[in-house]
Amino acid sequence: MTKEKNRNSGLGALSIKNVTKVYDPEGVNVMAVDNCSMEIAGSEVCMIVGPSGCGKTTLLNAIAGFHSVTEGSIHLDGELLCGPSKPLADQGADRMVVFQHGALFPWKTLQENVAYGPIVQKVLGSREAMDKAGTMLAEAGLGDFLTKYPGEVSSGMARRAEIVRALINDPKVLLLDEPYRAMDALTKQIMHESLLETYDRTGVTIFFITHDLEEAIFLGDKVHIVTTRPCQLKKTVEVKIPRPRSYETQSSEAFRKLLEEVSDAVHEEAVKAFQAGEREMA
Amino acid sequence: MSANSSTTNQNGKMVAPQGFNLFVYKTKKYLGQLDPYLTLMGIGLWLFAYWVLCEGLQIWRFDKLPGPVAISKDWFAVDPFQGISIFTQEYYDHIIVSCRRILIAFGIATAFGVPLGLFMGWSRTIRDYIFPIIEVLRPIPILAWVPLSILLLPGFEGPVLFLATLASFFVTTLNAMLGVDSIDEEYFRAAGCLGSSRWDVFKNVVVPGALPFIFTGLQISIGVAWFSLVAAEMVSGDLGLGYLIVDAYMNNVTVPMVIAMITLGFIGYFSSALVRMLGNKLMAWHVKELSQQGR
Repeated sequence: MTKEKNRNSGLGALSIKNVTKVYDPEGVNVMAVDNCSMEIAGSEVCMIVGPSGCGKTTLLNAIAGFHSVTEGSIHLDGELLCGPSKPLADQGADRMVVFQHGALFPWKTLQENVAYGPIVQKVLGSREAMDKAGTMLAEAGLGDFLTKYPGEVSSGMARRAEIVRALINDPKVLLLDEPYRAMDALTKQIMHESLLETYDRTGVTIFFITHDLEEAIFLGDKVHIVTTRPCQLKKTVEVKIPRPRSYETQSSEAFRKLLEEVSDAVHEEAVKAFQAGEREMA
Repeated sequence: MSANSSTTNQNGKMVAPQGFNLFVYKTKKYLGQLDPYLTLMGIGLWLFAYWVLCEGLQIWRFDKLPGPVAISKDWFAVDPFQGISIFTQEYYDHIIVSCRRILIAFGIATAFGVPLGLFMGWSRTIRDYIFPIIEVLRPIPILAWVPLSILLLPGFEGPVLFLATLASFFVTTLNAMLGVDSIDEEYFRAAGCLGSSRWDVFKNVVVPGALPFIFTGLQISIGVAWFSLVAAEMVSGDLGLGYLIVDAYMNNVTVPMVIAMITLGFIGYFSSALVRMLGNKLMAWHVKELSQQGR
């Protein structure tokens, strides 16, 4: 365990209390999240698993400041992000989002993309930011692709660069919304290993939404299983597999047992969601 | 140069051809396809049909039109029978006047249309103020503006420029606005996360994200500018290719009329190609993305 050396260790504790979100797009109230509470410790890898369209992304959007909450509050390290007095959180570089479909700016090279955050926040001058971006991309194995546009590299590389773009801002929390959904199993494995390596190095708190149960157990400290809409916490499974983990972990007995436990809990919800005719979120 | 134009470096490893070699490679590949020959054949067939109708068989009504032989005889004559050829100063005067007008009209329309469209796409408030008015004015045909523009503006030049500008302004504005609409919401969110100010978002997301649409709009807009310019020159003009067409028709000389039409075709084609080239130059990322998709 190298956690003691983490520069971010202990920071980034998220406290989600009684959050409710109601949409009313056509006059009919749709409850996406209902009285959902979760405690996420600093430097924890927290995996959110639940059926399609259950409101997991709504929760992430509330933390990131893209959507307001109807009731309840979210705190980051004791500071209020959003609550009854302030339903919409400010967007800020302490919580970086890695998007489901990837949101590197296609009109900027990988290096320009990564350097963008420090430049607009005026943390670094543009030359220093570009230098730092180059160094960090090289560390992530993308040194030969600095001047490539996102459209020219593979989706795995683009996703890796997007994570670097998030990390250069020293965020307390990394919010990932099914970032590896469209990837094949082999690429996914490589992405997982690189994310774990990044985590072991930085100790950033990770809030990770997924459908993939093996992914959830392989990466997570805790797996939060949520119900079908409206989204509530159903069960939390602690993953006590020691870090650093490698792909061999996935064939261990402990892993298989956890997978069974999570599967049982999720399956019930998946059936409910299917019967309710939930549309898959694109 | 080797047969397939790809070269080998010292280690004997194949490297992709570059610069002039790449050009030669691409040209050879292009000439090896059927396309260029089909194009040539198409042009030949079209010219032949035109010749048969007007000069070969002299079909009824077509016999009033100058055929390809008559036109090329005059067009390339040092001393043209009907007054206009590539050797007469008058021909170039008309071309230069029209081109200058297009440059001014297209320039004004772009300089005002692109920022206006971007701001309309970017800010709900600005759109609420301006968009409804534009949507009502836009469908009014350019020719319907002719009397008003003559009443409003003095001389020949004013109304002509006004009409050409107006038409291309609407196209440019609308496309720039739609360009902003086309940008994926996630880029705005990502920019927000990364700590952008509203102005950073405008510079780094709105403008580059809308560029592909803007340049599509500019290609249409320069075509529309030519279209309305010629219409305007026909109604109110003293020089220019549109004026030349009407003037020739009035004086019953049909060859300059057709020469002016064909000239318009070529200049219009080159002006759009120029806009397209500029666009590709500014949007290297877009071109590379499309080529990755095999387009």
